[in-house]
Amino acid sequence: MADIRFQVHRFNPETDEKPYYQEYQFTPLEGSTVLDCLNYIKWHLDDTLAYRMSCRSAICGSCAMRVNGHAKLVCQTQVKNVVRPDGTVRIDPVGNMPVLKDLIADMHGFWTKMQAVKPYLMPTQPPPSANQEYLQLPEAFRLFEEEATCIMCGACVSDCTSLESDKQFLGPAALAKAYRFSADTRDGRRHERLEELIERGGMWDCVRCNECVQTCPKTVAPMEAILKLRQMALKERLTDSIGARHVTVFTDIVGRRGILDERELPVRSLGFNPVKLLGMAPVALQSVLKGKIRPLEPPHKVKGVEDVQRIHREMEDGS
Amino acid sequence: MKYAYFPGCVARGNCPELNSATLAIAPLLGLELVELAEAPCCGAGVINSQNPVLADTYNAKTFALAEEQGLNVMTVCSTCIGSLRKSNKRLQGQSAYLEQVNQHLRPSGREYHGNVDVTHLLYVLINDVGLDSLRSMVKRPLQGLRCAPFYGCFILRPSEVMGLDDPEHPTSLERVIEALGGKPIDYWHKTRCCGFPITLENEAASFKMAGAAIGEAKDLGAECMVTPCPLCHMNLDMQQPRIPRHTGRTYNMPVIHLPQLVGLALGLDPKQLGLHKHIMDTSAVVSRVVAH
Ligand code: FES
Repeated sequence: MADIRFQVHRFNPETDEKPYYQEYQFTPLEGSTVLDCLNYIKWHLDDTLAYRMSCRSAICGSCAMRVNGHAKLVCQTQVKNVVRPDGTVRIDPVGNMPVLKDLIADMHGFWTKMQAVKPYLMPTQPPPSANQEYLQLPEAFRLFEEEATCIMCGACVSDCTSLESDKQFLGPAALAKAYRFSADTRDGRRHERLEELIERGGMWDCVRCNECVQTCPKTVAPMEAILKLRQMALKERLTDSIGARHVTVFTDIVGRRGILDERELPVRSLGFNPVKLLGMAPVALQSVLKGKIRPLEPPHKVKGVEDVQRIHREMEDGS
Repeated sequence: MKYAYFPGCVARGNCPELNSATLAIAPLLGLELVELAEAPCCGAGVINSQNPVLADTYNAKTFALAEEQGLNVMTVCSTCIGSLRKSNKRLQGQSAYLEQVNQHLRPSGREYHGNVDVTHLLYVLINDVGLDSLRSMVKRPLQGLRCAPFYGCFILRPSEVMGLDDPEHPTSLERVIEALGGKPIDYWHKTRCCGFPITLENEAASFKMAGAAIGEAKDLGAECMVTPCPLCHMNLDMQQPRIPRHTGRTYNMPVIHLPQLVGLALGLDPKQLGLHKHIMDTSAVVSRVVAH
């Protein structure tokens, strides 16, 4: 392997006014992970560098950080796979969390949101018999098998786009955990959980960008869990939110026309909301003038729309 | 090169200029497009929030329509390609599931056998047309026009479904821009989300996302943004006048659909490409390229 220049985020709140990058250059041993390289720096070049690590086996979740701008467990990231064409690797702390020092982020907010979704079973039935555990069948476990693999490393939270724009958002890790308990057949509080999760900052504020699916070092795929939460909420008839109406109106329009008619979607999704509609009016008017929105055109439809309507009718109930 | 063309709802709705630009450049590229007029909406990941099997069935119908003609599907939308490929992966992966879905196609005499691939104009330019031959077709080089590529989420992520470019550090749009004589701007937000899916639910967050991307592109000297996704186009262009109230900043950033940029470089009339149909004025881009 050739020399690599590591550009490492440094920040000591006691002495530095603002963060800066420090460069370390050396030739890592063949097969080195990014964590091996950080250890080399700390043990041989600069023992003031601060970062978290423990298991070195992608189990404990403590070593998540951004490599070239995207969150990874550095203990399972081969350095040769992330060297950029100019011979550099940039290492930053995870995003969406305050930095305590160098590569160490403050995970307080992560844990607060995790706690907010009540990440524990709340059974309403007594256990099968006194002093016995609540047992579970393998089929029932399979409903959240993937979500249960979360190691709480915070990589998904780091790269979450919604969170970057809205600090109130619960975020992918907490919502995936919420799904894990809502889907558990031993839990007795699914409806109450879902009622809380349809509030502002909950399941409907996910922008579905797939960043968390891409970045998760396990198989949690948090965004897919959020979609499953939405399906559950709609099944439980928790439909009174813009997000829920957006989905049901969208599905209804496509079921009738085969294609989306954007002239109908916003008005019906917003419900009775004169303020929001007025806010949209100027852009709508401009779009009409530019011929983007064509109010007089007949409703858009695909050719042979009856076949789409039939499919929609047959499958409406979700079977 | 012949593809079953899936324009998607937005190119047939709020972004008609995307459809006309695509149809205008296709013959110049030697690309024959057979429009799938009966194909329903891809579901855009939205129908999935209610009824994933329904979304997969709609998409299976689309694939069956293409398969009947022995063609693969080409889209011009990052969201369409993502939704279609996700459905296709589920359908191709499990024969019992494919059978379950086919039961709803058979009443109209159709069936999907799992033999269709889905791509996007962007990848057709690279893999079918080829960058060298694209370069040789250029009549009106872009004169080093500084373009900020904006990918749109689903065309890259998750790579398990997409796998057509590096999901974190993609280069496809950059290579096309370069082949056309433009200069791609490298910036962090190029792979981030435009915020479109939550415009209705959470306008402030949505417009902050769009503003962050446009702002970074502007700070780095971009003269325009280029996107292969009409949903991104809606948030970046159509909604651009509404973004400043959430970010305290105005941008005046033209946002160009990928086939419009190709058409400009291939010498087509900017009007034919619908460049006058955007909310943000594109005349600076046009005169920069056409004046030469
Ligand atoms: S050190 Fe434990 S996950 Fe990386």
